[in-house]
Amino acid sequence: MIAIIDYGVGNLFSLKSSLSQVCEDVEVTFDRETVKRADKIVLPGVGAFGDAAKKLKSTGLFELIKDEAQNGKPLLGICLGMQLLFEKSYEYGDHEGLGLIKGSVRPISEIIDKNCKIPHIGWNSLIFKREAPIFKYIKNGDYVYFVHSYYASDCNESLIATAEYSVELTAAVNQKNVYGCQFHPEKSGGVGLKILKAFAETEAV
Amino acid sequence: MITKRIIPCLDVKNGRVVKGVNFEGLRDVSSPVELAKFYSENGADELVFYDIMASSDGRKIFTDILCETASKVFIPLTVGGGINSVGDFDRVLNCGADKVSVNSGALKNPDLIYDAAKLYGSQCVVLSVDVKRVDGVFRVFAKGGRENTGLEAIEWIRRCTDNGAGEIVVNSMDTDGVKNGFDLELLEKVCDAVSVPVIASGGAGKIEDFITLFKKLPKVDAGLAASVFHFGEIKISDLKRKMALEGIPARV
Repeated sequence: MIAIIDYGVGNLFSLKSSLSQVCEDVEVTFDRETVKRADKIVLPGVGAFGDAAKKLKSTGLFELIKDEAQNGKPLLGICLGMQLLFEKSYEYGDHEGLGLIKGSVRPISEIIDKNCKIPHIGWNSLIFKREAPIFKYIKNGDYVYFVHSYYASDCNESLIATAEYSVELTAAVNQKNVYGCQFHPEKSGGVGLKILKAFAETEAV
Repeated sequence: MITKRIIPCLDVKNGRVVKGVNFEGLRDVSSPVELAKFYSENGADELVFYDIMASSDGRKIFTDILCETASKVFIPLTVGGGINSVGDFDRVLNCGADKVSVNSGALKNPDLIYDAAKLYGSQCVVLSVDVKRVDGVFRVFAKGGRENTGLEAIEWIRRCTDNGAGEIVVNSMDTDGVKNGFDLELLEKVCDAVSVPVIASGGAGKIEDFITLFKKLPKVDAGLAASVFHFGEIKISDLKRKMALEGIPARV
């Protein structure tokens, strides 16, 4: 069973529908026991980092997700959910993340060309940096859908793909059983479904 | 590299696509779900569902159709038509819409864009604006283009982006339906005024119109059209191939 963490951040309709295409058993949940019972966890999120981290902490899911991932359960963070995997974010202040992956989250305005619009929104192609299990059904250059104004920096060790937006922005990361996509696989058509299918097939480490 | 987006717009009334469509291989040509799937599989980058509200029953049917589409089509969906309150945002977002487009609702309630952007984020709030030249001035029209609000268009668009609109659909009433190309003069003015993505609408009649749009105005992010796609006058796959050949970034 794949548990989609519901902590009141964003609507999970599309994510549940798309995961249901590749896995028979998908539950949207904020229940600790369900999360513990799950084979895999998906951490979604839209909005601001600080709010999201606070909500995760207030539900007690912050520590639980951290423990489950550290015990080897596959975890996929999407968009803000990916950013939460990192140690720190500088979105409106200074916030602590799950710290499962080394690096921090910074505004894209700091590095992109001033002619580029913010947010980085639309379909962009993936530039593979390393092989990764979640890419097993897709190829370098495939297009995925992005919407974000912040990016993960200083994460060379876990970086598996970037996307070019005047500079190369972190598009996906992977460290052991922990995966993150800055883009939205649930909105990326067939390519996105293939990424979710590959994640659904990963195994605990 | 980020691509230019091609967006078909589906007008839905009582659960059916209003303008007749004729595609080979589609079992039910006026089913929004079937048509959305078809477009998604044939290269559309995003879809707009426009609710032509007939009655409150019609609205319920629309919402059901939206849910069904969103559970089967995995590309970004924008919903417009009859969005007058934050409650309307909630209703369509819960059905799987990714963005919500407001037009007359923002004119009636000046706080709507600000309130919605605060709650759901700017990326979710699209301003749709119908513009027509009146005595040489670009004016904003309301109620599906029937009523001149007297507002100057660029000023209105700027005000809405200041309030949090994250994307602008610019529909030129002067070029709409003429099929002789997009309104480049108006679009250039909008692009110069705002820093959020601009979606061009009104006037596409052939593939070259899109090529001209993206070549002359590289700041335009997307092109939207309805009947030229529905009637098969432009195949999205052909359009995308031509864009790529012309060096315009496209998801082929």
